[in-house]
Amino acid sequence: MLKLPEPNKIFQITSKAPKYVLFLFVVVLSVGLVEALILSPEDYKQSDAVRIMYVHVPAAWISLGIFSSITILSISGFIFKNKNFFLISKSLAPSGFIFNIIALVTGSIWGKPTWGTWWAWDARITSMLILALFYALYLISWRIYKNKEKVFKISTFITILGIINVPIIKYSVDWWNTLHQPASINILSKSSIHSSMLYPLLIMTAAFALFSLLIFLMKYNTELIKIKNKGLDRL
Amino acid sequence: MINELLFMNGYAVYVFSAFGFTLLSFLSLYLVTKVQFIKEQNKFVAKFGSLNTEQAISAKSQRINKEILADATNN
Repeated sequence: MLKLPEPNKIFQITSKAPKYVLFLFVVVLSVGLVEALILSPEDYKQSDAVRIMYVHVPAAWISLGIFSSITILSISGFIFKNKNFFLISKSLAPSGFIFNIIALVTGSIWGKPTWGTWWAWDARITSMLILALFYALYLISWRIYKNKEKVFKISTFITILGIINVPIIKYSVDWWNTLHQPASINILSKSSIHSSMLYPLLIMTAAFALFSLLIFLMKYNTELIKIKNKGLDRL
Repeated sequence: MINELLFMNGYAVYVFSAFGFTLLSFLSLYLVTKVQFIKEQNKFVAKFGSLNTEQAISAKSQRINKEILADATNN
């Protein structure tokens, strides 16, 4: 059984951290917005519409990252028989879902000036929509089922089914003919995006990651207090 | 410069609505999460206040309860 630190030790850190994370988020977001809206160049084909990339792409990356983390944490909860993993997963889900919705909506707004349509049943867009449905199912399962053991099993089952969709989202642009272009940023090989656009994109990604950390900390603290409230009822 | 920023070669309505939607979503999620947190914290303080002396001593023996109370008074 994997032991995580005691809840009081965790709460000591998580209760104080949000204000610092919020400050850092505001600073990084401000720098990111100036870079994205003013300093970064326009695209030779898409002109200023390319600026939508600075909110669309980080939102999509983070929603995928959070869903993958939720799956790993949920499975770890069963392997290591530790309920805290489920609590962390549950606290991560709301920001992942919001980022998924942001990716879909900003993608739709970007689609109009570049493709001439708000929506297309393209492989990437459809698979992102399916991911949003899995997020919704995951969050609903926590609301519907009150029995802890049952909700752990059902929510984990949903994440295992949903994770199959993650590589489909990633490789959909390579496997099928889609309106989306192939990936411009590669970790292992040279990226085809210019540094004047890459840096604002990375700054915005950092800002979005800080926001998801902030929401996670606040949700996690709320969940811990909820548990303690139940504990006081039993006294 | 300001005109360029506001007009964005005719794409301003798309760019600002995308950024606006993102920031509005952030603000909404932050406020909803904050309200939920404060609600649970207030519930905890109220429940703690209604405990008798013996129960309060027992509850206070758990460090996390003291941490939550301290955090509630700081906020």
